[in-house]
Amino acid sequence: MKKIYSVSVENRSGVLCKVAGLFSRRCFNIDSLAVGETDDPTISCMTIVSSGSQATLEQIEKQLNKKLDIIKVRTFEEVQSISRELMLMKVKYNKTNRREIMEICDAMKADIVDMSKSYMIIQICDRPERINSMIEMFQSISVVEVARTGTLALTKCSETEQ
Amino acid sequence: MIGADAMIKCLEAEGVKAVFGYPGVAICPFFNSIIDSKIESILVRTEQNAAHAASGLARASHTVGVCTVTSGPGATNLITGIATAFADSIPLVCISGQVNSEQLGSDVFQEADITGAVESFVKYSYLVKNAEDIPRIFKEAFYIANTGRKGPVLIDVPIDIQNTVIKNFEYPEEVNLRTYKPTVKGHSVQIKKVIKQLENARKPVLYVGGGILLSDAQKELLKFAEAHKIPVVSTMMGIGAMPTKHPLYFGMVGNNGKPYANRAVREADVLIMIGARVADRAVNQPELITNDKVLVHIDVDPAEIGKNAGPHIPIVGDAAHILEALNTQEFQCGDTSEWLDTLNGYKTAMEPKRKEHPGFVDPAAFITELSEKLPEDAIYVADVGQNQIWSCGYHIVKNGKFFTSGGMGTMGYSIPAAMGAKYISPEKQVVAVCGDGSFQMSMMELATMKQHGIRSKIIVLKNNYLGMVRQYQHFTYKDNYSVVDLSGSPDLEMIAKAYDMPFKRVHDASQVSEAIDEFLASDSAYLMECLIDPMDLV
Repeated sequence: MKKIYSVSVENRSGVLCKVAGLFSRRCFNIDSLAVGETDDPTISCMTIVSSGSQATLEQIEKQLNKKLDIIKVRTFEEVQSISRELMLMKVKYNKTNRREIMEICDAMKADIVDMSKSYMIIQICDRPERINSMIEMFQSISVVEVARTGTLALTKCSETEQ
Repeated sequence: MIGADAMIKCLEAEGVKAVFGYPGVAICPFFNSIIDSKIESILVRTEQNAAHAASGLARASHTVGVCTVTSGPGATNLITGIATAFADSIPLVCISGQVNSEQLGSDVFQEADITGAVESFVKYSYLVKNAEDIPRIFKEAFYIANTGRKGPVLIDVPIDIQNTVIKNFEYPEEVNLRTYKPTVKGHSVQIKKVIKQLENARKPVLYVGGGILLSDAQKELLKFAEAHKIPVVSTMMGIGAMPTKHPLYFGMVGNNGKPYANRAVREADVLIMIGARVADRAVNQPELITNDKVLVHIDVDPAEIGKNAGPHIPIVGDAAHILEALNTQEFQCGDTSEWLDTLNGYKTAMEPKRKEHPGFVDPAAFITELSEKLPEDAIYVADVGQNQIWSCGYHIVKNGKFFTSGGMGTMGYSIPAAMGAKYISPEKQVVAVCGDGSFQMSMMELATMKQHGIRSKIIVLKNNYLGMVRQYQHFTYKDNYSVVDLSGSPDLEMIAKAYDMPFKRVHDASQVSEAIDEFLASDSAYLMECLIDPMDLV
C-alpha cells in the first residue's frame, strides 16, 4: 500500500533530520519527500510518500504525531489527492531524433526550457506515473542527467468540501 | 544575571532539590552559579550514573530528575542513562554544557553533537541559541518531561550562552506549545464499550504496566479490581502496581514471569491492558492476546496502541484518569468467582519449584525473607541479570516501590538509582539488589554515597559469573562459556572497608536471617554479599 503524508512542521533547523531519522530508526520506507515553506513562514510542509502494510502506515502516522516539532499530520491516498512532481531532464540530441523528442514533448505536455547545439533540457510537471512514463519513453534516447522533485500533494477540493 | 544564573533560577522555580552531575569546562558557569543556590549538586563518579540517580529520584518522588554534565565525553557518557530513562518513560531533564556557539560544528576540543546523538532516545531536545530563551526552554522541558508519556528531555547549553548577560528574568507560568497536547482523559464512548464487555465477561484480566506507577494510579487500580473482583497481572515495569500478596494479584507475565500469570492472560476473555506496551519479553506472541478474546488497550501514548497488537477497544489517556472514570460508573461486571478459583488453582499447582543449593544462599528464599522484613514503604531497586529475575519473582511489594531498568536492561542501574531514591526519601529504607557483574559497573558510586551521606543499602548476589549470560550459554551453547567468568573481581569486604561502609558476607542459609536483621537495623549505608551457587538458574 502507498500513502501520502502531508506534514506541517515547525520551520526550524534540524526538523527534517528528526523526521528522516524517525523513518530510518523504525525501518519505514520513504518513497519520496518534498519540503518547502508554506504561506506561514514559521511552518514548513513536508510531503512524504511511503509504502508498507496497513499497520506500518498507521504506525508512521502515530509516530509522526509524537514528534514535538510536528504540528499536524494529514494522510491520504493517491486517489484522494492531486499530486505533482517536477522533472528536469538533460538529453543529448541529433538531427535524426530531434523531431521524435519534440513530438514526445508535445504529447506529454513537456517543455524544452534550454538548448544548445547538441543538448537540451526538458521540463515536465505531472503526476508521478506520467513522469515515470516520460523516463521510459526516453530510454532509447541519450539521457545525460535527470533531476526530479518528490511528490507534492493536496487533497482534492471535493474531499475538502466534505 | 547571566544565562547560568537563569538556569539555576529555572530549576529553583521547578522545585528541584538536587542535581546529579559531573563538571567540565563547558558547564562551569552553571556549577559556579549553583553554589549560591539551595539546590544541592551531587558529584557522581561517572556521567551515566547521574542519569540513573536522577531516574531513581524521579521515580521515588514523582518529580522530574535533573542531571548536568559537560560537553563532549560528559554528554556522550550520559547517553546510556538517557536511553534507559526513555525506555522506561522516566521524566528527566538532562542539561549538557556545550562549546562556544561560534565554534559549533568545527570539531573543537570536547565538542559532540549531543542533540543529534540522543535524538532517538529523548522525548525532545533543545540547543539553546539565545540566553533570553532559557526560561521558556526550561519551562517547556519540565512540562514535556513530566506530562503525557513521560521521558527525558535534553537541554544543550553552549558556554557563551551560559555567560551571556540577561536583562530580564521571568519564569513563564504556562507552556504554549502548538505541537504538543497530550490526551489525558479517555473517550467516554470507549469507556462505555469497556463496561459493556465487562458486563458479559466471565474471565476478565487486568494486565498492568509501568503506566500505573507513572500516573500514580495504584489506588484507583486497587479500587477497580476489588469492586469487580478482576484478577490483576503485571509486567516487569508494573511490579508494585498491586501489593504482591493481594488475593487478586497473580504475578508478573512474560517469559521470566509466573506461568500462572501467562495462563491467566491466555485464557482471559476480556484482557484490559493499562499502561503497558506489549513488549516482546512480556508477550512474545501478540496474536495470543487478540485471537480469542477482547483486547482493551489503555495507554497515554497513542503510538503504543496497535503497535504490536491490534486492540478491539483502544483508549488513549492517562491510566489514573481512565480508572477513575471507570470507578465512577455504575455497572455489574460478570461473575468472576469461578475464574478466580481456577486461577488460584493454577497458582498453587504452577508455582515454580526451585532446586536446592546446599552450601549457598538461595537467592529466592533470601529475597523473600528480605522483603518480608522490609518496612511497608520500602524502595527496592533491582539491577539487571539473574538478580533481576529473582527479584521480580520473589520480592514482595507491600506498600512500597520496586524499580528496575525494564526496557533497556541497563546493568549497573540499581546502585545509582537507589542513591537517587534514598536522597529524596531519606526516611525510607532503600535497598539496591545487584549481581557481582552489575555491582562492578557502578561501584564507583560508593564514593558519592559516602561524600554526600546517602545511606542506601546494597546487596550483591555473588556467583562469580555474569549469570544471565552464563545461563544463556548453558542452554544455547551447551555450557561452552565465553567471557562470563568474573574471577578477577575484588574482595568486597576490602571495597566496603575502603569506603568506610559496614560489610557482611553471607555464606549459606543458616546466616541469612540474622544478617538481614543486622542489615536493616543499621543506620548507615551497608554492603552485604550473598554467596550464591554459580550454577543456579532462574
